[in-house]
Amino acid sequence: MEEQIEVKELDNVVVHFSGDSGDGMQLAGNIFTTVSATVGNGVSTFPDYPADIRAPQGSLTGVSGFQVHIGAGKVYTPGDRCDVLVAMNAAALKMQYRHCKPNGTIIIDTDSFGQRDLQKAEFRSDDYLGEMGIDPDRVVACPITKMVKDCLADTGMDNKSMLKCRNMFALGLVCWLFNRDLTLVNNYLEKKFKKKPAIAEANIRVVQAGYDYGHNVHASVPNTYRVESAVKEPGRYMDITGNKATAYGLMAAAERAGLRLFLGSYPITPATDILHELAKHKSMGVTTVQCEDEIAGCASAIGAAFAGALAATSTSGPGICLKSEAMNLALIDELPLVIVDVQRGGPSTGMPTKSEQTDLLQVLYGRNGESPMPVIAATSPTDCFDAAYNACKIALEHMTPVVLLTDAFIANGSSAWKLPNIEELPEIHPHFVTEDQKYKYTPYKRDPETLARYWAIPGTEGYTHILGGLEKDGETGSISTDPENHDKMDRLRWDKVARIPVPDLKVLGDEKDADLLIVGFGSSYGHLYSAMEELRAKGHKVALAQFKYVNPLPKNTAEVLARYKKVVVAEQNLGQLAALLRIRINHFAPYQYNQVKGQPFVVSELVTTFEKLLKLHCQKKRVVRSIQRYFSKRVYK
Amino acid sequence: MNQYTAQDFKKGQPRWCPGCGDHFFLASLQKAMAELGVPPYETAVISGIGCSSRLPYYANTYAMQTIHGRAAAISTGAKVTNPNLTIWQVSGDGDALAIGGNHFIHAMRRNVDLNMILLNNRIYGLTKGQYSPTSPRGFVSKSSPFGTTEDPFRPAELCFGARGNFFARSVASDNNETIAILKAAYQHKGAAVCEILQNCVIFNDNCHSSVYTSQGRKENAIYVKHGEPLIFGPNQEYGLIQEGFGLKVVKIGENGVKKEDILVHDAHCQDNTLQLKLA
Repeated sequence: MEEQIEVKELDNVVVHFSGDSGDGMQLAGNIFTTVSATVGNGVSTFPDYPADIRAPQGSLTGVSGFQVHIGAGKVYTPGDRCDVLVAMNAAALKMQYRHCKPNGTIIIDTDSFGQRDLQKAEFRSDDYLGEMGIDPDRVVACPITKMVKDCLADTGMDNKSMLKCRNMFALGLVCWLFNRDLTLVNNYLEKKFKKKPAIAEANIRVVQAGYDYGHNVHASVPNTYRVESAVKEPGRYMDITGNKATAYGLMAAAERAGLRLFLGSYPITPATDILHELAKHKSMGVTTVQCEDEIAGCASAIGAAFAGALAATSTSGPGICLKSEAMNLALIDELPLVIVDVQRGGPSTGMPTKSEQTDLLQVLYGRNGESPMPVIAATSPTDCFDAAYNACKIALEHMTPVVLLTDAFIANGSSAWKLPNIEELPEIHPHFVTEDQKYKYTPYKRDPETLARYWAIPGTEGYTHILGGLEKDGETGSISTDPENHDKMDRLRWDKVARIPVPDLKVLGDEKDADLLIVGFGSSYGHLYSAMEELRAKGHKVALAQFKYVNPLPKNTAEVLARYKKVVVAEQNLGQLAALLRIRINHFAPYQYNQVKGQPFVVSELVTTFEKLLKLHCQKKRVVRSIQRYFSKRVYK
Repeated sequence: MNQYTAQDFKKGQPRWCPGCGDHFFLASLQKAMAELGVPPYETAVISGIGCSSRLPYYANTYAMQTIHGRAAAISTGAKVTNPNLTIWQVSGDGDALAIGGNHFIHAMRRNVDLNMILLNNRIYGLTKGQYSPTSPRGFVSKSSPFGTTEDPFRPAELCFGARGNFFARSVASDNNETIAILKAAYQHKGAAVCEILQNCVIFNDNCHSSVYTSQGRKENAIYVKHGEPLIFGPNQEYGLIQEGFGLKVVKIGENGVKKEDILVHDAHCQDNTLQLKLA
């Protein structure tokens, strides 16, 4: 039988699970991702869920989606459009069909396409496929609800509990499409429902039923797919979200530095999972305090840093607004502190579950006084680990608060991560006070090289001192309003941050002869990289420089940006990185590609726009400027 | 055990106005620290912003003067990280009850082992004379030229409301009692609030006049001690009895009131209804 099915060998496949908020689509998507990562596929995910607490059942606003991109090799984005769309109800089909490729396979639960469901999804007639212009041959229409009930009829489960298993039928069906081994799924379910064996058993049965259904009716499916895994570096892999990776990065740094980890935090979307994860690890020396507000989150972390912990606070943009004053206290006290900003759509409450890169200038410039602070932007879910680790390293070795920027897209998205060996991570040497300073310690004595002051931990004899928010004398540390001293201290604090060594900016792609250099920062890396590769596949000469360290900027920044005739800065805001680079680099006048939709970039749109840019002819600088103005208008919309 | 004197905890020259209650309190705190015998390097004094929050600069211990209102939150982080530290968290009425009100009540509820000092002069001194959350209704100040229309907090009520377990109050000028309550706060494991009534000679002189002098205290102050009757007056002739839902002042010997009828204070009573009446 099997041989008769056409099996598509693909490098990459994108699957989109969608349904009502309560349909368990995130779980189905997560299991599929984990299983794929386990068999060695590259994965990248994007959960897209509504901000409503629980929108009316079956309504358009209540649709929750989970997109996963699996590939034979490394994958860089969750994919623009999907090859397989699972729509558990009419509303999901209506809302998410736009994510589907023109020839993609669509799986629907026909039991959720009744009169009432169609009305709620605002269909005008019974011919929902016709209304949307979908070829019925592409659709796997199965009565999922009915089959799930039949499958569980003899278990004695109530109707509601049985319906909760619908997502597993869809998962089973998708597993059949991609030749996934159900043992892995079963293991996952057994572990997840360890305390509820009956639930585990029911779910396993339904997954099998979905798989068998796929197998039995294969005639109606145009293709089945197989994504082979490429040979990867050997090691232990797991599917990890950015928030979890951030939490692990903080823990690894504390372990490597020989310190306790403290997190002060207040729940806020989309950063809360960092608190959730760290709260589990008390046994590993992690202390978390769920504080009374954002300010206390940062303030308690400052107290912890004073008392000798690796201290961190996690939040999103609105929380940064509230923490700003306290962040400045850490800055003037020169205490190590990591502030994690998981950016979301703003301003104000904005779009809490959506993603954008709009806090860059806030974390750089959004505080009173001269307030220099290192800023690191993570480039992918797994890079959150490295970025968090390095943020801690800088904070502890240079005695400064450090901002780590991630965003909803990489924080909730996941990819396959090879567990590092902790001994192979760079060493961390907190800038502790030295024995020879005993009984003559002053808190603002500095290392002449790095300008970092020395950290004396309360409880140690011979180093009592006071820290405070008032300006202090550079020598003694006592309060000073001397004009010359203040000028000197402001410059010292700037200089200290400027001296932090950061890796050079790397240029990927056609480094030597690119006609266009794409510039971005942080989480847009995957999309910009994919766009660059597509353009190069079409024969264009294109390069990419992605900033991970935004402050201080890499030393070679000006040199790299001056090397290319055309430079476009692409970011999910209205031009914050471009503005920063213009301030820092003389005569830098880039093209800009800006989008703030709360959604990640779309690679095909990037490619189209950049192709237009490549076609522009420009000989003289003056001309470049005018074209740039013309072009900005167009890409700005 | 180390033997310390108040001198070991002294540092610098305080810059408060002459006659300010902060001077009295600082002396009491340093004396209490010496008597408790905790080494200066295992002690941390953490304050917010305001006149009284300058205090850490005059304590020869580990210390932090932080930002307005946040001392309780900062102390919480320090204590849970380094539980061996004895933390004295010092705030004024504006710092603890206005801008830092949220941290104050949550520190009580969370019950981390902090010694929280509330220096209450019922005025904003550092910003030169605006009404505070403890200024009485009708109080005339620069920011309330026609008198305030707000009711003041009673800090003890706030502590009880926030499920606090330890509250004590004394007058800054009464060093012995202040030292006694500071030592009791240190002995208490959990969040302990000591309200210190103090005078602001410049912007709110005589704000606690009824109890600020020893003569005034003799007449008006009740020294509330566990296991002892609630009696007061120049000759200890007055006392408190329970009447209906409240407390009532009576004179011993009048209307058949005997000393045995006077309420005896129970500091550890689980039901804090009567404690609340003393607030």
